[in-house]
Amino acid sequence: MMQVLALEVPYWGQSLLRVLGGIVAVLLPAGTIVYVFLFKMMSFMQSRLGPMEAGPYGSLQLVAEVGKWLQKEDIVPERADPRIFKMAPIVVLASTFLLVAVVPFGPDAWFTNFEAGVFYALAVSSLSVLGILMAGWASANKYSLLGGLRAAGQLIAYELPMVLAVIGVIIQAETMNLQQIVVAQNAGEIFGFSGLGNPYLITQLVGFVIFMIAVQAELTQAPFDMPIAESELVSGYMTEYSGFRFLMFFIGEFATAGVFALITSVLFLGGWGVPFAWFGWTDVDSVSNWMNIVGPIIMFTKMMLIVFIIMWVRFSSPRFREDQLQRFAWKVLIPVSLGNIAITSIFKVVM
Amino acid sequence: MSLTDRLLGDRQRLAYIASQAADSRLNVELETEGMTLNIGPQHPATHGTLRIIARLDGEQVVWAEPSCGYMHRGYEKLAEVRTYPQVTSLVNRIDWLGSFANEVPFILAAEKLMGVEAPARSQHIRTILFELSRIANVSLFLGDLGVQMGAITPVFFAFRDREYVLNLIEGATGGRFHPNFDRIGGLKDDLPKGWIAETKAVMKKLRKFCDQIDDLLFGNEIFQARMRGIGVIPRDVALQYGLSGANLRASGVDWDLRRDQSLPMAWNKADWKVWTHPDGDSYARCWVRLQETRESTKIVDQLLDTIPSGPIMAKVPKIIKVPEGEAWVSTENPLGEMGYYVVSRGELGPFRVKIRSASFNNMSVAPWALRGVYVPDIVTILASLYFILGDIDR
Repeated sequence: MMQVLALEVPYWGQSLLRVLGGIVAVLLPAGTIVYVFLFKMMSFMQSRLGPMEAGPYGSLQLVAEVGKWLQKEDIVPERADPRIFKMAPIVVLASTFLLVAVVPFGPDAWFTNFEAGVFYALAVSSLSVLGILMAGWASANKYSLLGGLRAAGQLIAYELPMVLAVIGVIIQAETMNLQQIVVAQNAGEIFGFSGLGNPYLITQLVGFVIFMIAVQAELTQAPFDMPIAESELVSGYMTEYSGFRFLMFFIGEFATAGVFALITSVLFLGGWGVPFAWFGWTDVDSVSNWMNIVGPIIMFTKMMLIVFIIMWVRFSSPRFREDQLQRFAWKVLIPVSLGNIAITSIFKVVM
Repeated sequence: MSLTDRLLGDRQRLAYIASQAADSRLNVELETEGMTLNIGPQHPATHGTLRIIARLDGEQVVWAEPSCGYMHRGYEKLAEVRTYPQVTSLVNRIDWLGSFANEVPFILAAEKLMGVEAPARSQHIRTILFELSRIANVSLFLGDLGVQMGAITPVFFAFRDREYVLNLIEGATGGRFHPNFDRIGGLKDDLPKGWIAETKAVMKKLRKFCDQIDDLLFGNEIFQARMRGIGVIPRDVALQYGLSGANLRASGVDWDLRRDQSLPMAWNKADWKVWTHPDGDSYARCWVRLQETRESTKIVDQLLDTIPSGPIMAKVPKIIKVPEGEAWVSTENPLGEMGYYVVSRGELGPFRVKIRSASFNNMSVAPWALRGVYVPDIVTILASLYFILGDIDR
């Protein structure tokens, strides 16, 4: 990318630019658009208009909300552990930011081209458990504690099916590099037909469904929102937060939804690419440069699609009970995903 | 074997023993103790100011007790310093979601003491408004049920369609929430023009809303997993705790004061069914309420067709003095049996009014039903028992 601009930028400068670019170009618009999109969509589902006042058609609602939260007092409960209490939302948000670092947006538009990208993404995504547990424990509130413990139990239980679902993709793509996974999908073919590439949505449908369910649980969205459970635990681990720190949890929730949607689209929907057969490309080096511009747009569309599915499920289902949720993870998802791995490996060896 | 042991369900008894054992074991080995969780008075699950003190072992309730009185407004005492027509504006606010239904039994009790009977037309309209307030009340319950379990969409449908019913009540009485429309000897006004046709259209919408909720909530697997077999109240326990209304019918008791009592109301002029459910669990209670809403729309439809002509007020003196005596009248209100015991000493106002409200008795079963369940089940059981704080505290 830097060669295009004909600039000599040292490596640390490149990294800095990429990180800043990541925050400005990806996370903020993703958070904002996901937020507005989500609120409008949810309002139409519930036969109401949703935000209408802030900006044209309520499009500046997030700005208004941020303004509102910034004005509020930052309250730390008297008996809370102040240092950990203040740190927790940063940890949660940090896991989101770290996650976006490995997502490729085009043939050259990536922040880091990390060989063990999938491994890194799954490892980093579970960092947020730490933040949630910290928030729940440090709040010195019984509801928060219950919420934090539920979150920890749930996130650990659903981490496993998520990893197992991704293993199917890794077996098929023969790589853990997210960029290579995208290329493998778009350059691939299904039984000799290459017009669609080989999006793993089709060949790894079981894995995709399991992954989506696990993402839903990972994001603590209904029907897996036991840790938040506003009608019984009064927002669980977020109960005691106010002002800017609450905002960080709040934005973190939507931004994480967006980032997980990005990762899902990379793993299962072919990421930034179009089927390479359309333009006669064969590998990542032969891809035209304009994909660096079009790629992010394609990614963004796919992200919205996935976010739509996540939120659709969220707004139409009641929540599970804690024990039902664990039972579902350990007795249904994990056996099915293990079976998926076995079948995928057999196909890989045979074909 | 003690009485309570016999009445406890197997699951609950085992859970109770297990939680006790777990508590003592934890105490010995880890020197930890159970946690007392104070749910309320300000808590979204209590829709009002109810407080539930729950002793928890992990996520399991070892013991729970509702503590009410945070919203006590002293209506029984206030009624003693009001005249009879003024009391209706007080009792309106007991069960604020179905407020017209609160007025009726009190007025009927006063009429019984005076020996007056309302004309047939006003009996009909009273019954229609009574059922409309039941629909307004229960349709909110059906929407709220989802919110208690994290499904926030049904409540918006409920508010949307309940609005039509409130508009009807407003159209007929002038008040959306607190109509204050019932008078001793009849009603304040006749129905406005066009009201009957509009009501029929709305009833059609409400039936559609019931189907929608049936699909959206009752057909949902997660909803069923959360509700079925949870908070089971067997038939004899329900009778012992004095449950009434849908909570009692859900335990398999075929009991409905609208059918079983002969009051000067028009329920016997319509053809409708009393729904019961043999299970007695949370799902049964909600399901019975859903069916009741459907029945109510049918009652309203039929009564609209047969409203007799005639006056809407019987001949009563301008200044109402109720002769000496005592009367008890109870009706099948949206929440259950609601009754007034009115003692008169021949003055302008009642000497003493005792209000039997449904929610207070329905809530008394909560400690029994909540024992041994998980924390999330507290919310669903309370939601399915369906109480209104004004009705508990009065």
